[in-house]
Parts: sequence; structure tokens; C-alpha cells
Amino acid sequence: MTATEQHGAPAAFGPMRRKEDARFVRGRGSYVDDIVLPGMLHGAVLRSPHAHARITSIDTAAAEAHPKVKAVITGQTLAGLNLAWMPTLSNDTQAVLATDKVRFQGQEVAFVVAEDRYSARDALELIEVDYEALPAVVDARRALDADAPVIRDDVDGRTDNHIFDWETGAAARTEEVFRDAEVTVAEDILYPRVHPAPLETCGAVADFDKVTGKLTVWETTQAPHAHRTLYAIVAGLPEHKIRVISPDIGGGFGGKVGIYPGYVCAVVGSIVTGKPVKWVEDRSENLMSTAFARDFHMRGEVAASRDGRIRAVRVSVLADHGAFNGTAQPTKYPAGFFGVFTGSYDLEAADCKVTGVYTNKAPGGVAYACSFRITEAVYLVERMVDVLAYRLGMDPAELRMRNLLRPDQFPYSSQTGWVYDSGDYQRQLALAMELAGYQELRAEQRERRERGELMGIGVSFFTEAVGAGPRKHMDILGLGMADGADLQMHPTGKAVLRISVQTQGQGHETTFAQIVANELGIPADDVEVVHGDTDSTPFGLGTYGSRSTPVSGAATAVVARKVRERARIVASAMLEVSPDDLEWDGARWFVRGDPDQGKTIPEIAFAAHSSLELPDGVEGHLDAQTVYNPPSLTYPSGAYICVVEVDPGTGGVKLRRLVAVDDCGVRINPMIVEGQVHGGLADGVGMALMQVIAFDSDGNCLGGSFMDYLLPTAMECPSWELGETVTPSPHHPIGAKGVGESATVGSPPAVVNAVIDALRPYGVRHADMPLTPAQIWRTIQGRPFRTDLAIT
Amino acid sequence: MMPGMQVPSHVEYERATSLEHALTLLAGPDARALAGGHSLIPMMKLRLAAPELLVDINGLTELSFIRLDGDELRIGALTRHADLLGSAVAGEYFPILTDAERVIADPVVRNWGTIGGSLCQADPSEDLPAAFAALRATVVIRGAGGVRTVPVREFHVGPYETVVGPGELLTEVRVPVLPRSSSAHLKVHRRAGDWPVAAAGAVLRLGGPAAAPVVEAAGIGLTAVGAPHFVAAEAEEFLRGRPADEESFAAAGAIAADHCRPVADQRGPEDYKRHLAAELTARALRQAAARALGEA
Repeated sequence: MTATEQHGAPAAFGPMRRKEDARFVRGRGSYVDDIVLPGMLHGAVLRSPHAHARITSIDTAAAEAHPKVKAVITGQTLAGLNLAWMPTLSNDTQAVLATDKVRFQGQEVAFVVAEDRYSARDALELIEVDYEALPAVVDARRALDADAPVIRDDVDGRTDNHIFDWETGAAARTEEVFRDAEVTVAEDILYPRVHPAPLETCGAVADFDKVTGKLTVWETTQAPHAHRTLYAIVAGLPEHKIRVISPDIGGGFGGKVGIYPGYVCAVVGSIVTGKPVKWVEDRSENLMSTAFARDFHMRGEVAASRDGRIRAVRVSVLADHGAFNGTAQPTKYPAGFFGVFTGSYDLEAADCKVTGVYTNKAPGGVAYACSFRITEAVYLVERMVDVLAYRLGMDPAELRMRNLLRPDQFPYSSQTGWVYDSGDYQRQLALAMELAGYQELRAEQRERRERGELMGIGVSFFTEAVGAGPRKHMDILGLGMADGADLQMHPTGKAVLRISVQTQGQGHETTFAQIVANELGIPADDVEVVHGDTDSTPFGLGTYGSRSTPVSGAATAVVARKVRERARIVASAMLEVSPDDLEWDGARWFVRGDPDQGKTIPEIAFAAHSSLELPDGVEGHLDAQTVYNPPSLTYPSGAYICVVEVDPGTGGVKLRRLVAVDDCGVRINPMIVEGQVHGGLADGVGMALMQVIAFDSDGNCLGGSFMDYLLPTAMECPSWELGETVTPSPHHPIGAKGVGESATVGSPPAVVNAVIDALRPYGVRHADMPLTPAQIWRTIQGRPFRTDLAIT
Repeated sequence: MMPGMQVPSHVEYERATSLEHALTLLAGPDARALAGGHSLIPMMKLRLAAPELLVDINGLTELSFIRLDGDELRIGALTRHADLLGSAVAGEYFPILTDAERVIADPVVRNWGTIGGSLCQADPSEDLPAAFAALRATVVIRGAGGVRTVPVREFHVGPYETVVGPGELLTEVRVPVLPRSSSAHLKVHRRAGDWPVAAAGAVLRLGGPAAAPVVEAAGIGLTAVGAPHFVAAEAEEFLRGRPADEESFAAAGAIAADHCRPVADQRGPEDYKRHLAAELTARALRQAAARALGEA
């Protein structure tokens, strides 16, 4: 970057306005629900009112008699097509439409296709389903009880609700450290079930052309290529006859990675009726049935020395996966990347056991900017560090500073086998403390405590492992986690970049154009980014887990460099010198020792299409392709400080400040990075203070609308205070690390730690999210309640 | 269509061109008046409500007013929340209304939702019924048979139920102006715009010397805690004639808490809501007294 600036070339990295915003701010975006096709029909899903019940009969006669209904599809219909069940992204199965039992409230039971959306919805009320209610498994902690009802009796021989056991670290070594430690602390910590609640709910328009045999599906998906392959596998359709288009997406957050039954129903509906079928779920359907996040019941333990050296961390987790194991994560990692629970600290040992269980709740488990369970891991360790600080009577910032990895320890191999690429953690935390005025805040807190006022200061420091991932280790349903990029250079020097990742608001059309611009010395406005259509983009696994910039951004830089190398050969012909005599100055290939003799990429691109006699090594254009297989993950980090005030009489929290110092390596578009951080900070405020999907004892979902499931507003969000440090990733072509989920990961522990810090005069060491006024008041009383169950 | 939109069942719609027209239409089977629609339409989309006819009264601009008339403040039923929030005269005489409006929903809802609709929705967690009950307001109801007035404290007969009958329309709220009085409303919610976990409004008329004021009359409204008719009658009675001081207010709060019947839900457990009834009642009384004495 510095080099290009020195040579007066366009400084391609910087706060460029987002190219996509022109259409969004003018209302010209095109989302799935904007797709209208001739003769298009509309689908609606009948959902189970019960969390657990046997279906004894389904009578669809009255619905079929509705004058505007074209088809009613049930599990029996699908069973005839061998489509009643589909594979999940975790190698489990999930009912598309229930045949035997319903296993969560909101589960898909029947699908009506009608001439309009209202008729489809009306016809749902004409379907009569007889249910025989069964006891529901609601509390994950009871799921493995001997007398717990077996949810997945569809699987032969299954006699319990156990899904998997997974372990990482070294149990014996950790036990040794704990036995020998001067101080140990333990705490039960729940990260309750939450939901990403994107602005746009999920939906699909399926159009099966009987003449050509081609199926086109417009979908709310973060991973169009993976979906196409899965449709081919699930439905037995030839993959080259499937086109998945992901148009503009109104927020994904991981909730649009998997395939939902509604998509499959829309496809079947189109095949059955011969017409395009649109299905778009409503808000309650989205909250009740699509991918939830978290639901991790954790017990954390820390071993330390009396002077505050953190020696070991041990964790056991009960993971509630709902009725079907539908988490989206690399095959070898059933608990995702939870292994980074060792945090940003230099430990002697670590150990972790995770047990996954079925419950009568919606499936999912990886969503809401979690980076494959990193959100849970970071929350656990950052809460536990505060628990230790409480026990030791130490300042939590000082305790962290004392234990953070040092710059000279990178690349650092953690006790669970993760190789952190780079960082300067002490400098990062010091900067956050400086921005916050940490010592002054502590002084103010002391004064206010003397006056009986509750003020809290919360610190969190996180390291994420993102950019999955090396295909040798990471795949989803056998598909390695690499991403392709094609770069086409038009004769006039304009470029079209085709990428496999799909933006849901992250600004790919701008950021990726800037990467190309930076490599080729052309304006970012001259680079069109094409994505989201499997017919016009290269294969790749899509956007989630903060992987777009680490993986696809790398692919983009690599393919642009390939173009640049081809351009060098052409330039050598133009300048009649050897390619070896050419040097790149950020905008031109020029003759070494004769800088006036040089050619820009647009000049070279035209020449490549002209009558110029081309040397060996180029066929006649500059276009290039690549597939990027990441050598390792990237490790963004953050130091966050939150300041709150708590009203002891009501339990109300006022969030005063939130300081976030992120290190995501090289920033391509700092404005977009800051936007990502802003959104994630608001997410964290939501999770820490108000959001939860709880269930009552019958398994009724208590978070099924925005009246019950709260999104934070501007009133709860302070003016964010951001800072940055930059330690480039050494193995990424442009040193970027990814930032899409950083703030969502880092902010919940900062906010919770601040609230708990405020409650210190009451001897409070922990309370589970969400820290609603009721929960805070009860915590002050010494009687916190379970936030994952109905409040009684 | 908005992504994620829930669709109601079939409903007829008619726009009332006059009050008489509205009353005629509302006399039909299962007709509902549509004003701001911020409660009714979500209920219809969730199919919790399925009226046969919506009578749109938004054209009846004569029902939108706020004016001082003798010793009463008269507020038209079609007055928007935002208008009441912005009303200087309402704010001067009844800060409880400004306090309440400031925490009702969000600006978009307040720009369209109406005072009459808020009272008629009779949501047991609504703020305005408690505020008007504390003020001992009266409502005016029109029907084909004429006009009747009903004290707000008799207007709500149960959750989502009022005394407004078929063919009738709430047209106005009248609030008595009291000398040497003031008021306040306080609410605890999980997030701005959410329904209250609990809220309390207080109106105090003070007598006695400024140095030792005495409560001549008190009005206490409670919402979301199962207070009958949104009122803490026993606490009001207790306060009459007592010193307007911290001890009286705390005791009144405790009495209010004893007599309400909160129900646990995801906003909070029963004991917490009862605690809030006491805490918020005492705080609202304290603030109302300070305002009446010109201290706040």
C-alpha cells in the first residue's frame, strides 16, 4: 500500500463508499421476495403447535378443495419421492415435512401451494392434523436422564438423546496443573439460545423447467454453491441442471447457511405444479424454526497462581442442538472451533469436553456471527478470567495484561493445537485502556461506590480463529473449504471479478474491487464484482465464519497477481524487453532503469486483445482463475472495554460507553470494517442485556416474535468508540484477518463483565445472560433465575 | 410485500366519512374501529383478531385536538401519541402524560398511534390507562343513542375489554385540572419501545405549608402488575392527609405492591414486578411532589 502511494497510483485501500449502497438507499435492491415470475404460485408451511407429538392423521381434503389451492404436500407425499428426510450439514438427518412425529414447536408438517400468499395461508387452517402429545425434553440438563423421552426414535436402535462427545486438550496434564495450583475457580456459565433475526427472513423461489429439466432456485443463502451440490445429492437432480441464485440478502449471520425444509418444499412444489413457487417465511417462522445460536451450558474452571498467572483452563459443555443436529461446521469439529477457549493467554494446559444432546427445540446451532462456536468459547474464558480476578482481588485489566501472549510468541501453538498467526495483544489492550481512560474510570467508580452508586467497568480480550479453512482439515459434508476466483480483463482495462462468496451486507462488491484495484493499479470503480449465481461464479463454500476476506479475499489477490504476471509478459512484448527486466510500481510495469518506459494494466489489456504478436505464456487475454486453499486460519483479536451504570432499585442498566480496539490485520476498507464492528457491538448489547429464546415446560417457544425477542435500538447503544492496531497475518496474501464477527464475539463478555463488576458490592461473581432488569434485581437478591426456561 | 410479512385473514374495509357514518358502520357485526392500527393490525396478522369489517376513522379529523376548556383538558380520541407528547399545555398541567408518552413505543408508532386507540386496546400493560386513571380522567363515548361519559376508572373491565359497546366510539378524554398539583410517570422496560415490566404514575395535590406539605389527594396508576382498573386505590387512600414525605411515599408504595396481582412472564417474575410496583410508586410520588413544590 505504501509503495503504491509513493508512486502516485490510486490508493486502493481506504474508506471508499460502498458501491452497493446506491441501490440499497434508493430502494432498488432485489431480494428473494422481489422475484416475480410469470405464473408464479405461493407456498405456505403448516407448522406444529406441539414440541413433541405423534402425528396420527393428516386430512388435507378441505385445503385441497380451496378454489385457489394448487397442491398440498405432506410428509407422505415427500416419502413417495424419498424426500421426507434430508441430510443436515452435520451428517444427521432432518425431517423436511414430518411423517411420524413432530419434534419441536414450529416444525414443518405440510406445505400448501396456492395462487396467492393469502389463500395459501388461509388454506393452512383447513388442514386437520391429529396429534398425540408426548412429553417434551425442554431442559438440556435433563436430556440424558434415563427416563427422558427419546426424541430421535426415527433412527433404528436409538435409546437416548445423546448426539456426540468431543474432547480436546490434555485431560491428565490439565488435572496435574489443577492439583498443583495455588488457586482454582469454577463457575457454571450459560450462553443461552439466541437467534440472529436478520432483517430479511428466509425464503426461496423455485422454478423447474420441465422442458429443459433445469431447476433454478433463488434463495436466501450465504452459500449458493454448497446448496447446489446438496440439492444434487438430496434430490438426485443432475448438478449441471441446477442453478442457485442468491440475490441481495438482507442479513445472514450464519442463519442462511443451511438448507431449510421450506426451500425443498418450494422445489417440490414447482416440480409438482409445473409453475414457479415462491415461499417466504414470516417473522415468527424465522424466529421459531431457523438456525438458532449458542445454547451452550458450560462449566469453566481456571487454575492460577496467587499472583495472577493463569496456568490452565478446563471446560465441560452440554450443547443443546435441538431436535436435529443441523449445525454447520467442519466435519471434524462437532463443537466447531470451541477449542479456542484457551483465549489469548499463555497456558500450561487446557482441557475441554463437549457433549451434544437432542432436545425438543428447533435445530441449528451455528448462527449469529459465531465463527463456529468461537463466541461461546470467548465468552466462557473472558467470564472466567473475571471470576478469577474477583477471587484474587485483582484488577481484571491487569490480570489480562499479565497473561496475554507476547508478540515474540507468535506464531503461537495453543494447548488445544491452534496456531495463532500474529498479534500484539498488550499494545492492543493498552490502547483500549487509554481510549477508555481506564484508570480515571476506576477512580470514578471508587467515588461512586462510596456514594452507594453502582458503576461497572468490563474488559474483554478475544482471539478468533477464522477463515476456514485448510481443506485437508476442514470440510462441510465432504466439500473442502476452499474458494475460487475468476478475473476477466476487458480490452479497455475494466475488470470483472467472479467470486464464490456471497455478500449479505458485508460490502463484498466494494472490498473485493479494492483488492483487485490494489493489485492492478486500476480504480476500484473499474472492477465489477459478480457473486451469488452458481451459473456465473466459480465454486466455493460461501460466506460465514468471517471467511470471505481470509479465503476469498486471498483468492482475489492471488488471481489479480496472476493477471498481473500475464500482463508482464504482454508488456514485455509491447516494450520489447525481457519480462525479467520489468518492475511493477503499483500501477505500471516499467523497464528497470528506464522508468519512463512503462505500461499500465489498461494499456496492456488492450494490447493483449490487439494484433500485437504475443510471446509464449499468454494466449491472447489477461484473464485468470484460481482456487485458494488457506494454509492456515487467521486470528483477529480485540480489546473491548464497557462502562455501565446499574439502578439497584430497578435492576435497569444504562450502557454508558463501549470501547472496541480491533486488530483484523490489514484493513482494506476501514469504513466497512468499522461498520461491521458497529453492528457486532449492537449484537453484543442485545445478547448481553435482552435477547433469549427460552422455552416453557411444554416446549413452547417464548421468543417467537419481536414482541418477545428484543433487538437493541439506538436508545441502548452508546456512541461506539473504536480504535485499531494492525498486525498483518503473515500467511495471508494481503495480511487481512477478517472482521465480520469480531465485535459480536467480543462485546457480550465486555458488557456482562461490566454489569457484574457493577454488582460487586453485593458479592456477585456471575449471572447468566440476558441481564434484564429482572435478572439483575434477582441476582442482587442472590436468587438469579434460569434464563433458558420460562420465568415463573 | 415486506419480507417476513404475516398475512391476516379476509377483512372488509370502509373509510368513515363522518362520525355518524362511523357509528353506523361500527354497529355492524364484528366491526372494529381502525385508528393508528398499531395494536389491531399486528393482532390481525398473527390471526389473534379477525374482525369482519375495519372502519377507518382516520378521516375524522374533528376527533384530533388538545385544548384547555374551563377546568378540564380535553383530548380528542384521534390525537396521535406524538401530538400529546409535543403538547405544551398537556406538559404544563400534566407532566405524567409527557413522561408516559416519552416511553411509549417508538417515534414511528407514536406518530400514528392514537390516544383513543391506546385506551380502547385495554392492554393490561399499556401506559396510558394507568396515567389517565391516576389523573381520574373521564372518557366520552358516542353511540347512535347519544353521548355518555364514563370515568376512566370504570372504563376498563378486563384485559382487552372496555365498556365501549357495538356501534359506539370513544371520542374524547377529559382530564380535570387541579390546583397545586403535579404528576409523574415512571416505567421499567427491558428495552426502549418494549411494553413495561411495570410502570407507575402518580398525581398529587398538596396542601399545608410549603415547608411541611400534606397530601390532599393522590392518584396512583399502575400498569402491567394486575392492579384492578390500573389503580392503587388503597395507597391513594392511605396518602390522603399524610405528610408528603419520603416515609409516606415508601409506605404507599408498599401498600400498592400488596394490592396488585402481577403475573410472571418473560419480562420478570412475580416478586420482581411486585417490588417494582412499590419502588416505582414511591419514585413517582416523590417526583410528583417535587414538581408540585416547584423543585423539579
